[in-house]
Amino acid sequence: MAVEARPLPYAPTADFVPARAAKIVREIPLVPSLVLALLVFTALFAGLLAPHDPTLPVAGGGVFKPPVWMDGGSMNTPFGTDFQGRDVLSRLLYGARVTLMVAVTGTAFAGGIGMLLGIVAGYFGGWVDQAIMRLTDTWLALPSLVFAIFLAALLQEKINQLTFFLPAGVGNIILVFGLIYWTRYARVIRGEVLTLRERDYVRLAQVAGLSQARIIIRHIVPNVLNTWMVLASLTVGVVIINEASLSFLGLGVQAPTPAWGNMLSEARRTLMAGQWWLTVLPGICISVVVLAANLFGDWMRVKLDPKQRNL
Amino acid sequence: MSEPLLNVKDLCMAYTTFGGERVLRAVDGASFTIDRGECLGLVGESGSGKTTTCLSLLRLLPKGAEITGGEVIFDGVDLLKLPSSEMQRVRGKRIAMILQDPMASLNPLLTIADQVGEPAYFHRGERGTTLRDHVIALLRSVRIPSPDVRMSEYPHQMSGGMRQRAVGAIALSGGPDLIIADEPTTNLDVTIQAQYLNMLKDLQRRTGVALLFITHNLGIVAKMCDRVAVMYAGKIVEQGPVREIYLRPRHPYTKALISSIPKIGSKDPLYAIPGHPPDLAVLPPGCSFHPRCAQVFGRCSEEEPRDFELGPNHRARCWLVDGSRPVDPSTNGKVDVGVGDVSASAPSPGQ
Repeated sequence: MAVEARPLPYAPTADFVPARAAKIVREIPLVPSLVLALLVFTALFAGLLAPHDPTLPVAGGGVFKPPVWMDGGSMNTPFGTDFQGRDVLSRLLYGARVTLMVAVTGTAFAGGIGMLLGIVAGYFGGWVDQAIMRLTDTWLALPSLVFAIFLAALLQEKINQLTFFLPAGVGNIILVFGLIYWTRYARVIRGEVLTLRERDYVRLAQVAGLSQARIIIRHIVPNVLNTWMVLASLTVGVVIINEASLSFLGLGVQAPTPAWGNMLSEARRTLMAGQWWLTVLPGICISVVVLAANLFGDWMRVKLDPKQRNL
Repeated sequence: MSEPLLNVKDLCMAYTTFGGERVLRAVDGASFTIDRGECLGLVGESGSGKTTTCLSLLRLLPKGAEITGGEVIFDGVDLLKLPSSEMQRVRGKRIAMILQDPMASLNPLLTIADQVGEPAYFHRGERGTTLRDHVIALLRSVRIPSPDVRMSEYPHQMSGGMRQRAVGAIALSGGPDLIIADEPTTNLDVTIQAQYLNMLKDLQRRTGVALLFITHNLGIVAKMCDRVAVMYAGKIVEQGPVREIYLRPRHPYTKALISSIPKIGSKDPLYAIPGHPPDLAVLPPGCSFHPRCAQVFGRCSEEEPRDFELGPNHRARCWLVDGSRPVDPSTNGKVDVGVGDVSASAPSPGQ
């Protein structure tokens, strides 16, 4: 019998995609990336995508209108309306904006403080290290959500006026998360810096007479960025959940501005009255985004850790 | 006679541990000089204080270590008295260093050009094409082929020998008068080692830079250096011109070191100095080497030998040199200066 030429099980990679780029693209977890991409997209274009103003009742919509697939629903408000007659879909879309804003800036702020303190502690050592690390220990001993509530309440009293260009309460929340989540960065990065400081190339830089600042910027920071990114991607999920918690408690994003957390909070009163979509829909959004962020963070941790890549 | 480039006088460095309870004198009264364009070899066993001495010169000491005395006169200035901001200008610009491990001496995240150019950028204010041309010239001078291509590569793209050359280029980048090379060839294989040393020697001849070459390989010293200083337990026990030290070593430790060089073709068991280097915390009284010394006599354990001048530039710390050793009746008046029977006469319990 003649041997037939069989097609290859995999099509050879097209020449115009470099092999390495193609490999990386193939390995990115598809679903979490799509979810996060969707989040970013919605947040950026909420203004264009939302059919109604999220803070005003829909004209002629009525309150507690069910989603489109239930009796009495209409295409005008696909996910129904809330107790003030506002469009739930529009509120969810605008809520994505708040979520993304808080997640990114809160994480970056916490990461900034943490990296700074971690590097200072690890590089300079001695009593500076002791002071920073004992502070970190103390900070970590406080339950984070309770601490967040405390800080948020404190900030609400003092500087709620300082909203910059952000919606009411968002600035506060970012500040709160920055002040709470820096500890994990500081600890891990300090450890990393302790080993980096003893590396020969850092020694060589010292022998070469470079200033401390320059050594830190050129030789220390780039080497801890890897770890920093992993920590950041894993912190994003936690920040999103706690943002929702704070907004739910009324300490986060303030009422007219839609956030997934305060949507839940407003729907709490009517949860048992049969208007399930008001709680379930934001709930799903929160869960899916947090899950996606964590999966993505996990993938990044494995990807950026040479030990786990078996190199 | 002109002033030497580097004149180290009675340098003492000590580690203080357990809140001052224990003081380890890692460098104890080291004195040596290096002239411009000269190569001084610093040899000794591991832990004898070679590296610590060099770090003391640069005032880059680990925590708990302190320079307790002495002077380091570099080009007429006492480095130990300089304010730290000026010291920073000496490091890299006037005195540079090559470390042992080429794999660890380069930052994996920066290109070769970035790292080689760093001291030139920092100390000489070179920017743009000047810096680029300088980097290429430096890489060429350490014999890295096609430097304009390789300069934009990362350390992982280079072999060990190549990386060590790049480290050499970093050392040259600030235009130093003195390079301290801390066992630069220990981690290279033998053929690469020879190439590297030739390159270094050639470079030294061309640029007139002085070298302080730390090693425990006496073969390398013979090839590279003009003078040698032998260190033992933080003290320089003998120093002098290379030929003088090799042909007429006066200190028993130097003799022992020379006899422990493996000889190709010899079927005799390799000679090893009996015993171990002493614990710096509990140094033996008198001469630190006396428990391992083949020619020890009464005075050695009682009094520390001073530095005896033996000839032009040749000095040794040993009572034997003084001629104060009493005539031993058993050897019938002959003073045995060889070390051939040492292993038999003083077997070490630890080996």
